[in-house]
Amino acid sequence: MPEPTENPQGSAADGWEPRIVAFFCNWCTYLAADLAGTSRMKYAPNARVIRVMCSGRIDPQFVMEAFAHGADGVLIGGCHFGDCHYQSGNHKALRRFRLLQRVLIGLGIEEERIRLEWISAAEADKLRDVMNDMVARLKALGPLELRVPAEGFPELEALEEVTA
Amino acid sequence: MNRAGKDGNGQPRIGVYVCHCGTNIAATVDVEAVREYAEGLPGVKVSRAYKYMCSDPGQELIKEDIRASGLERVVVASCSPSLHEATFRRATAEGGINPYYFQMVNIREHDSWVHTDVAEATAKARDLVRAAVHRVRFHKPLERARVAINPAVMVVGGGIAGIHAALTLANAGKKVYLVEREPSIGGHMAQFDKTFPTLDCAACILTPKMTEVRSNPNITLWTLAEVDKVDGYVGNFTVTVRHKPRFIIEEACVGCMECIEACVFRRGKSPDEFNLGLNMRKPIYISFPQAVPQVVVIDQEACIEFRTGRCKKTCVEVCADRNAIDFTQTETFDTVEVGAVILGTGFKTFDPRRVPSYGYGVYDNVYTSMEVERLVNASGPTEGHVTLRNGRTPQTVGILHCIGSRDVNTNEYCSRVCCMYSLKLAHLLKEKTGAEIYNFYIDIRAAGKGMEEFYNRVAEEGVHFIRGKVADVYPEAGKTGRVVLQAEDTLLGRVRKIPVDMVVLATGLEPQADAEAVRRTFNITCAGGGFFMERHPKLAPVSTFTDGIFLAGCCQGPKDIPDTVAQAGAAAAEALALVDKGFVEMEPNTAYVVTEECSGCKTCIPLCPYTAITRVDGKAQINPVLCKGCGTCVAACPSGSIRQNLFEDEEIYEEILGVLADA
Repeated sequence: MPEPTENPQGSAADGWEPRIVAFFCNWCTYLAADLAGTSRMKYAPNARVIRVMCSGRIDPQFVMEAFAHGADGVLIGGCHFGDCHYQSGNHKALRRFRLLQRVLIGLGIEEERIRLEWISAAEADKLRDVMNDMVARLKALGPLELRVPAEGFPELEALEEVTA
Repeated sequence: MNRAGKDGNGQPRIGVYVCHCGTNIAATVDVEAVREYAEGLPGVKVSRAYKYMCSDPGQELIKEDIRASGLERVVVASCSPSLHEATFRRATAEGGINPYYFQMVNIREHDSWVHTDVAEATAKARDLVRAAVHRVRFHKPLERARVAINPAVMVVGGGIAGIHAALTLANAGKKVYLVEREPSIGGHMAQFDKTFPTLDCAACILTPKMTEVRSNPNITLWTLAEVDKVDGYVGNFTVTVRHKPRFIIEEACVGCMECIEACVFRRGKSPDEFNLGLNMRKPIYISFPQAVPQVVVIDQEACIEFRTGRCKKTCVEVCADRNAIDFTQTETFDTVEVGAVILGTGFKTFDPRRVPSYGYGVYDNVYTSMEVERLVNASGPTEGHVTLRNGRTPQTVGILHCIGSRDVNTNEYCSRVCCMYSLKLAHLLKEKTGAEIYNFYIDIRAAGKGMEEFYNRVAEEGVHFIRGKVADVYPEAGKTGRVVLQAEDTLLGRVRKIPVDMVVLATGLEPQADAEAVRRTFNITCAGGGFFMERHPKLAPVSTFTDGIFLAGCCQGPKDIPDTVAQAGAAAAEALALVDKGFVEMEPNTAYVVTEECSGCKTCIPLCPYTAITRVDGKAQINPVLCKGCGTCVAACPSGSIRQNLFEDEEIYEEILGVLADA
């Protein structure tokens, strides 16, 4: 088990800290993060958690949006198979995740930048380890460098008009 | 698709409240800096920090600001929403605006408690508050729908927990279904002889409650039954129960037991489960004399009629015109509607074969504590005479504590009851045999009313206590039939080898073998160790994260009989408070279709686990009563025409932008 350290490589020296947007389901992973808190576990402070009811709610567009606006990594947390509060939302999350990962690789975004983990409400230690591990891996990868067009990404409405 | 900022409802006036939570937050997060930062965010009219936002004066701040400053949205940065979201929604509503114009930010469990660097924790709090301020602008007023509750309650498990919960509810006039998988209710408590620390006879205090279950008209008792499937939600569960065949018509059997006498088996050949295999029973039997229901049962595996089809069926003959025996019974199913469920599915004892050095199953005179409970019990296999397998009465007994407890190789937790039941068995064995008794313990845990006094009493009776864990059990030289217990006496600081006639292993408590399957059936969570997880360890100890499912007894964690009964009473009270209200308010986080935008592609329909989506006139339609608000259809809709209350796309996009927007 990794030591519960914060910023193992130190933040002041290089000045760069990976930014992680985390989408956690309300019933398992969000509660695991709560449990990590009540257990006073320590982990890297890079992730910002957004709560959804189920990992099945996570639209791949949320992930794209996070990367487009400066996230270096996206973490998705759901219930283990068989544990989904809504029976099978996590299966749907996995399905979308696999496809999304391929799309992201096609866009030149390394696959380690997006991570899907099943973390139950009792697995606070796993949550801590995943957080620390993801930060360490992102630090090794460095900041996400998206080649953003000078005029920015096209707005979705514009794209929809083209495809309509 | 409506994107962030494109479809906002103007710029509402927002109030931000940052909680110190004493020093819980303030020690790691610079609360004042967060407050000041929030003040500068667009739309924020009021930004305050307060010591305890959840306190009455804290809530009053919100209400007063809504009234005085015309706030239209409220953001509170404090603890986890699982703790106080309801509190602040209520305060928001009492201030005079819709309770869903509120957003909570978790800067305690997700921030101050898990980080140590003040600058980083403060930066995180700022990001999270900013995201909430962004998001809350898009909140819409919502109403909670009321759904009628079915007042019946199902209790699963007929041990003392289930019995007590069922009786409490039935006495309050509620319909109760009590489901037990064994042929009789009573559970582990029915197997005990005396109970610590008062030495009440377990049967004497349990049997009246068991017969009360049988006679209470509000209780439907189903033995040899298991829950197969649970559908529905709080207030309206549909539970399918599987009845295993007893091969006896329960209503016709009078419990005369003449059939057992008449069985072609002169002597029993199957291990008697109730006595842990210390004696044999016939294929037709009754679990124990006080069994409820007082009805025999046929063991299909052992019965000659089932095995060969050529039995003389002397049992049927003797049953005569009562005609209670029915070899043709098969598995049947019942489906019932209940508003709440109480799980009292109990525990199993640790199997000491997992630690071979104790010699259980190898040496005849090594027993588990449950076996000894039966040996000292007057209705047990030896009628209460403590007789070893070799026919002798023990002169020396070693009781080994913490078998399968407090051990990193087996279970790390303390099973809580073993110290006290070991003391009780020491007392009973001493009383019945006059033997020298040696307790090998790590610590004596005698917390609770009357416990320490009982420990002192047993010590004064001359029972020996050796502080040390037995490392090895091996036969004494010279075929004496005794075994030697070798342990380091940590108080004397030397190794002791004590030959004994009988070894009692104080086995710990573990979750039932099928706890995992039960957990899945009822959609609840297991804590570490495999016991069912309560909603909050202190403040919601009998609730689960699934509304309407409650816990009682050892399925939630090891506990003694007084605690189990107290918890069962609490679970019954919680269930009663729920079903007696008559209705349940549903969280309004359901999905809905913007019909004009729906292309009728049907992508969503097979995704819904609750079949809440149908296609009407070429467009999707969501039944809000069936929708439970997971949002998987929302994520899948290619035209973005399915939305989810409380988790609208723009709300989530705003949160994403909010956490990433640089300070």
